[in-house]
Parts: sequence; C-alpha cells; structure tokens
Amino acid sequence: MANKTENQKAWLFVLPVVLLVAFNALIPLMTVVNYSVQETFGDNVFFWEGVKWFEQVLNSERFHAALLRQFAFTGTILAIEIPLGIAIALTMPRKGPWVPVCLVLMALPLLIPWNVVGAMWNIFALPETGLLGKVINGMGIDYNFTQQPVAAWLTTVLMDVWHWTSLVVLLAYAGLCAIPDAYYQAAKIDGAGGWAVFRYIQLPKLKRVLTIAVLLRFMDSFMIYTEPFVLTGGGPGNTTTFLSIDLVKVALGQFDLGPAAAMSLIYFLIVLLVCWVFYTLMMRNEEA
Amino acid sequence: MRRFTWLAPTLYIIFLMLPIYWLLNMSFKTTNEILGTFTLWPQNFTLDNYRKIFTDPTWYNGYFNSIFYVAMNTAISVTAALPAAYAFSRYRFLGDKHLFFWLLTNRMAPPAVFALPFFQLYSAFGLFDTHIAVALAHCLFNIPLAVWILEGFMSGVPRELDETAYVDGYPFWRFFIKIFLPTIAAGIGVAAFFCFMFSWVELLLAKTLTSVAAKPIAATMTRTASTSGYELGLLAAAGCLTIIPGAFVIYFVRNYIAKGFALGRV
Repeated sequence: MANKTENQKAWLFVLPVVLLVAFNALIPLMTVVNYSVQETFGDNVFFWEGVKWFEQVLNSERFHAALLRQFAFTGTILAIEIPLGIAIALTMPRKGPWVPVCLVLMALPLLIPWNVVGAMWNIFALPETGLLGKVINGMGIDYNFTQQPVAAWLTTVLMDVWHWTSLVVLLAYAGLCAIPDAYYQAAKIDGAGGWAVFRYIQLPKLKRVLTIAVLLRFMDSFMIYTEPFVLTGGGPGNTTTFLSIDLVKVALGQFDLGPAAAMSLIYFLIVLLVCWVFYTLMMRNEEA
Repeated sequence: MRRFTWLAPTLYIIFLMLPIYWLLNMSFKTTNEILGTFTLWPQNFTLDNYRKIFTDPTWYNGYFNSIFYVAMNTAISVTAALPAAYAFSRYRFLGDKHLFFWLLTNRMAPPAVFALPFFQLYSAFGLFDTHIAVALAHCLFNIPLAVWILEGFMSGVPRELDETAYVDGYPFWRFFIKIFLPTIAAGIGVAAFFCFMFSWVELLLAKTLTSVAAKPIAATMTRTASTSGYELGLLAAAGCLTIIPGAFVIYFVRNYIAKGFALGRV
C-alpha cells in the first residue's frame, strides 16, 4: 500500500466497472428495497407499508424453518468438504505426469452447469434406474430420495460434496505447493513427525487459502438454488427447501412481492454479516 | 504408510467419475432399456439421443446461445476489469478500499434475490430475451471476480516496469497494451477461465432473462424434463454435451489453474 501513488484520475480507469456493476446491482437492489416497504394490488398501484413485511418475515415460522435448514446444510457441507479437501490435497502428488491428470479430472465437476449436476444426481440416485439408488437398495437399506426426507437431505449433501470439494482441494493444493522446501528440511532436522509438520507448518501456511475456501463455500452454499431444485424440487415436504428455493416460491410462485423483497434483504444481510464476522475474526487471529 | 498415499486421490477421482459414467451410460441407452432393465453398460447401443440433439434446432440452438453469451460475458468482464485492476494495484484514490469491498459484496448477493428485479430492469430496456442481457447480468458476479484475480496478478509485477517504460517515453496506452498486458497474460487467462466457468454454470438468471431467442441449453433441458414425460436418455445426452466445453477449457488452462489458485484469489 505504501508505495502506491495518489492519483484521482484512477477513477477514470475504474469507471466502466463501476457503471456496469452499479447498473446490475444498485437498480435491482433499489427495486427490492422499494417493494419491501410497499403493498400492491396490481396495476402498479403501491401503498406505503413501512416495516410491516420485515416484521412479518422475521416472525414467520416458515422463514425460521428455512433459515434453520439452510444453516444446518451449510454447516454440514463445510464440516465435510474442508477436512476432506485438505486431506486429499495432502495426498496428491506434487510433481510428475499425474499432476495435470489429477487437476483436470478434479476440476471437472466445477464446470458442469448446476442444473446438469442436479439432473445427473437425480439419474444417478433414482432407486430403480440409478446406480447409487440400486446399490444402496441392494445392500438391504430402503432408500428413495424422492419420498424419504432423510434420504433426500443426505443425497443433497452428498451431491454438494461431489460438486464442490474439488474447489477446496485445488485451493489447499495450491497453498501447499507454495510452501518452500526449507520449511520441511528444518522440520526434519528437528525430528518433527507427520502430524507436527501438518499442525505447525502446513496448517498455518494454508490459513489464507483456507479462509477463502471457507468464505466461498459459505457464500455459495448459502445461495444454493439450482442443484437441490432440480434434484428434489425442495421436497419431500420442505426437507430441502433452502432459503433461495423458499424465496423464489414466495416471489414468483405466490407473487407476494412485499414479503419476498423483505426476505431478500434479510437474506442478503445475513450473508454479509456472517462473511464480515468470519473475515474479522480470521484477520484478528492473524495479527495476534 | 507413504506407499499408499496415492489411494486417497484415486478413490476420490473414482467417486467424482461415477455419476459422470452413469450419465454417459444412460445417454447411449434407449428409453425402454433405461426404464425396463438395470444394466451397467448399454445393451442396445444407440446414438438416437445425440442424433435428436444435433438435428433439432431447439436443442442445438441452446448450445449456441449459451456459448454466445458466455463468450460475450467473458470478453466484457475481462476488458472492463483490466483498467480497474490496474488502478487498484497502482494508485491510491478517493474511496478506493470502499469501492473494492463494495465490488466484492456483489459476489455475495444471492441470484435468487435479483431474479425478479433483473427481469423488470432488462424488460424496461427492451433487452429481454437477448444474449447481451444475460452477458450483462452475469457481470454482476464476474466483474468483481475478474478485478480481484487480475489485481492479484498485477500487484506481482514490479512498479519499476511502469517507470522504465515512462522514462523511455512510451505513451501510457501503448505501454499498457504492448508491454503490460503480455506480462500478465497468465493472469488474463486465469480470469477469463473463471468468468467462463461461472457464466457457463449459472442458470437462474440466464433462465429468468430469456424465453426463446436466447434460451440457454440448460434451460432447454429443464423444459424437456418437465413437459415431454421423462426422457432420461435425451436428458443424459444433453448433459454429457454440456460437460464438453468445460472439459475443453480446463485442458487448455491446466497449467495455470494451480497458479491462479495459489494467489488465493478465487
């Protein structure tokens, strides 16, 4: 930061980006804010409602349930994907012909359109025609993700692990590759074992990339919509109706614009708040 | 113990490949075989599903639409992000940190929140159901990402390069295009890769902003699943074809991916 020159003309460089993002972010956001404080009966007639919708959403059982499901899902996938990703990154080869093979194959799920991921898992897990469904049923466990809430939930978690663990692997792998050999040599001289090397060298060095991995996985899993929508449609019942799915149901299904807009803003604020708290905590740890 | 470390990545890759294998397997089967029997390999190998996709315009146009708006979005995002990233990495200016953080918050905005306002906004401008609408809408999350990645790469280039060019009498734009851009070519590649990736996989906004003329392939698939019964084979074939562009792009940037991630900027 210190050696940057002060130059207000830099704003000209930033202008195209600001205009493009402002067009896409500010206008829609203002529309949402507008809806969130008004009531409409169609024909573009609006009535001022103040914070009524916010109170309604914050007090509704339905929102609480969706929020709880969302946190349970996000917590579960973080608890699985982060340790699994680190473990796989640790065991990946560092050099040799297998490195590009591993990277390309592992990155593949990241580049599949999200609804195709949902459709693929649907086909894969169907109890009668899918490989996974057939195998689980073959083991004598009654499994049908379209009807059993627990099975639907577990299938959604498994799908997310399949889809996104590679992101954690690639981030952690890049972080591991950036550790200089000297650190390992020093550890060897000190007679450090495998666990000590991991705990006192690799983990601290991975902190930065892991922060980013956790933040990204938190944000993206909190916004998850397409994959569970295609896989289960939010069902059976409401088992896999996460926040985004619920929001689209309210906004486009029932066309309750006011409550939907209020819900959008609360939703967005929760994401921002959690990211900010997490970021601040990580930064404080770094300074200490 | 050391000898078995290859086991974990291998098992993981097998786990990743299983659903893809099943999708591929399904795409070569007839509907009767899918519904009637359970086979690990197609018994009546058929290319009918693929033939249908390549001959029916509603199907293959979906691919062209997707590729078209993804390419447009990548070009717009990277072009707009280049000067901005340069400004963030080289200059201090009024509100720079706030601006940078504000850009990043847009990466955190759930698309579901914006679906309806986007529809109204782009309809008001008469852009509904055009490729440019989707390309512009995806800028919402791709521009912040591109600025973030490019800023990381540019900060790695020593400032002496800029100063030497200035002393040598290069006008700024010539220096920027002829000298600076080639220096960070790898960064541009990585940024373009991630813009391509996030625009290619996104469906909610792309579906909301299109109906017929610019309908993405992924939306065509959703329609098939819901209206014309459940044509699993056709769906599987279309799914397999959506994996190909991604696989193709990864193959080209495979040596840069690790570097892009190493910056921790994604």
